[in-house]
Amino acid sequence: MTRFRLSIHIVPRRGILDPQGKAVTDALHSLGFAAVGDVRVGRYLVVETDAESADAARAGARSMCEKLLANPVTEDFEIAAVEQS
Amino acid sequence: MKAAIVRFPGSNCDEDAFHAVSGVLGHDAVYCWHKDHDLQDADVVVLPGGFSYGDYLRPGAIARFSPIMREVVAFAKAGGPVLAICNGFQIACEAGLLPGALLRNESLRFISAPVHLRVESVGTQFTSGYHVDQVIRVPIAHGDGRYTADADTVERLEGEGHVLFRYVTPRGEVTADANPNGSVRNIAGIVNPAGNVLGMMPHPERAMEPIMGSVDGVPLFTSVFESLLARVGA
Repeated sequence: MTRFRLSIHIVPRRGILDPQGKAVTDALHSLGFAAVGDVRVGRYLVVETDAESADAARAGARSMCEKLLANPVTEDFEIAAVEQS
Repeated sequence: MKAAIVRFPGSNCDEDAFHAVSGVLGHDAVYCWHKDHDLQDADVVVLPGGFSYGDYLRPGAIARFSPIMREVVAFAKAGGPVLAICNGFQIACEAGLLPGALLRNESLRFISAPVHLRVESVGTQFTSGYHVDQVIRVPIAHGDGRYTADADTVERLEGEGHVLFRYVTPRGEVTADANPNGSVRNIAGIVNPAGNVLGMMPHPERAMEPIMGSVDGVPLFTSVFESLLARVGA
């Protein structure tokens, strides 16, 4: 078994109104970042876990997202990185 | 008749629900701790409002894995009436007892205020004490009450009469201004296809006596109990 660090991004699904993202977009525009199109505010989770391999760790991360970490109705997730820790 | 009020760490409308059932209506009420596996032979289950697990991750996301939820889901699948109010509604959606999800209010503000609801369907055990299009006044108190579901789900809810309550003006009109949180189609409360799980963001248990400013929550509770009594032939 090896210890892995999973980096998981969870964001509101495109098309679902994200008022936090809209507020941040408006604030960025008022600061002069006129080129900013769309901001969505989500969560970033760092999970330490033991697994047989990086592939197994990634599969575990996917399962965690499907069962708990992301809401399948409103959110998308991305396993951004699986690193040995 | 006996109601089980489920208590999660962070529930804060449990005593209001208990008082509504027991103090106001004179039925039995019992508290069920979320770590237990026992609904104490209750006839009705109430998932009360509050902030179970501090709303960590998402409102209701952790509570749905509480030990007692296994019994609550089994109770619901067997047709037992479940009243899921506010945080209870969020938990019921997370648990898959009801479709959709509750997201952060469009205004990003926590809103505690009386609202007007239109009763959309009276053919359920939760609304038989109202009349169609009746406008009732019930408080809301939530930061995450924006009901959301995919377009197909919303059409199904509407088409099958599963939308029970909608946010409206005092005169019963569905307008954007009457929508406190940005819910799709002003939806405030829904029922599952089997008709035994009600989820709603507003608090009928806080509209039970004149001193609370409204008694419009009473028919909801009496509807459930009368329907149960009719079934057992009492």
